[in-house]
Amino acid sequence: MTPLLSVQGVTKHYGPHIGCADVSFDLYPGEVMGIVGESGSGKSTLLNCMAGHLVPDSGQVVFDTRGHGPRDTVTMSEPERRMLARTDWAFVHQHARDGLRMGVSAGGNVGERLMAVGARNYADIRAKATDWLGRVEIDAARVDDRPTTFSGGMQQRLQIARNLVTGPRLVFMDEPTGGLDVSVQARLLDLLRGLVRDMGLSAIIVTHDLAVVRLLADRLMVMKSGRVVEAGLTDQVLDDPQHAYSQLLVSSVLQV
Amino acid sequence: MIELHNVSKTFTLHNQGSAVIEVIHGATFAVAPGECVALTGASGAGKSTLMRMIYGNYLTQAGEIRIGGVDIVQAQPREIIALRRDVLGYVSQFLRVVPRVPTLEVVAEPLRALGVPAADAQARAKALLARLNIPERLWSLSPTTFSGGEQQRVNIARGFAHAYPAMLLDEPTASLDAANREVVLSLIEEAKARGAAIIGIFHDEAARARLCDREIDVGRFSPGLAA
Repeated sequence: MTPLLSVQGVTKHYGPHIGCADVSFDLYPGEVMGIVGESGSGKSTLLNCMAGHLVPDSGQVVFDTRGHGPRDTVTMSEPERRMLARTDWAFVHQHARDGLRMGVSAGGNVGERLMAVGARNYADIRAKATDWLGRVEIDAARVDDRPTTFSGGMQQRLQIARNLVTGPRLVFMDEPTGGLDVSVQARLLDLLRGLVRDMGLSAIIVTHDLAVVRLLADRLMVMKSGRVVEAGLTDQVLDDPQHAYSQLLVSSVLQV
Repeated sequence: MIELHNVSKTFTLHNQGSAVIEVIHGATFAVAPGECVALTGASGAGKSTLMRMIYGNYLTQAGEIRIGGVDIVQAQPREIIALRRDVLGYVSQFLRVVPRVPTLEVVAEPLRALGVPAADAQARAKALLARLNIPERLWSLSPTTFSGGEQQRVNIARGFAHAYPAMLLDEPTASLDAANREVVLSLIEEAKARGAAIIGIFHDEAARARLCDREIDVGRFSPGLAA
């Protein structure tokens, strides 16, 4: 089977500082991978390098495109990469405001991504947007309201609807449940799990919340100082961590 | 179906003076389809550790663990994920679920992951929950708020939703009343009859005597004795 995403030796420096160094892994269709580590461990740098928001100093990010098979997205042209970002990729930001247009209605936020890939029929776009608001449990009556009038949890669900409406194959998520209170987190986790299973999505989730990765991710990478110190099945890494840092990370979780 | 060859396990505690603890040494045995084998031994002998190694939950340092042709020790994560989805079931002592997900969906999920249509998966889940005496009014609620015994039964229903060819059972009859214990024992007997290879930990001696063809004393794999 061809990996959906194959990351080879991705390295990014900020001046003399290491952002991430020599990261390699393959992600297969339908897999969800978590990346954990403390603040500054390089997990967001790595995510942004993979999603095309940052240019790595070296390394390849090979994506199995629909039309042309595996292509290195680092060296492909800017328009091609943008097209991928609008169609086969999705990026869920930690702060919904970074992923939404706050001055546009909820329906407009979802519809905009459809229009970006060529949808023109207003009734179709509106129907699809309303359908997606329902899937992320936002009342259809709110379709014309702006996200500024939404709660944090609703904004996050709207961001997810906006991202998934075009049927992406790979979703990058940066702390998708960060900053939300726990009852809203649980609802969002349930929603994400259902969507991943029903749409056959692959996802890469950066978080520092080990409970989130245990419930969402099949596989886990632990990062420290820009490097991957351990990788494996999520439950194996959490229940039988091998590296000193992973052991420290797991044993530092407070029991409720 | 399940074969262990010269399997060893050590824990290295990097943050506690790098203590190295060897817990299993040279474990070798096999379980055939339709056979039920009990792991026995004193508390701390490594029964649960060995079971978790077979499931791929704990990393194995040396040896081979073959399940339906896949060596868990060498397998890639995605191979283990596929094996757990299709071949290898595990009923642990604890139910771990996403909060807010209804019991019916929790039980149907292993079938949904295999691509079984929602209606068929739910029908199977309903039958199991009814058989395990979980009141129907609870099916639409999340099991996170259920009693210990109810959670255990939901866990068992989930574990038996798909007819896995190999199953690992960690104290499946603990904290159950007589009637529900009987239901669980018959579920295990049915799994045996359809040809599942089963490894179990049972503190319940009567259950062990009724279900198991053999007992394996895990104590004989403990490194202290081997030396």
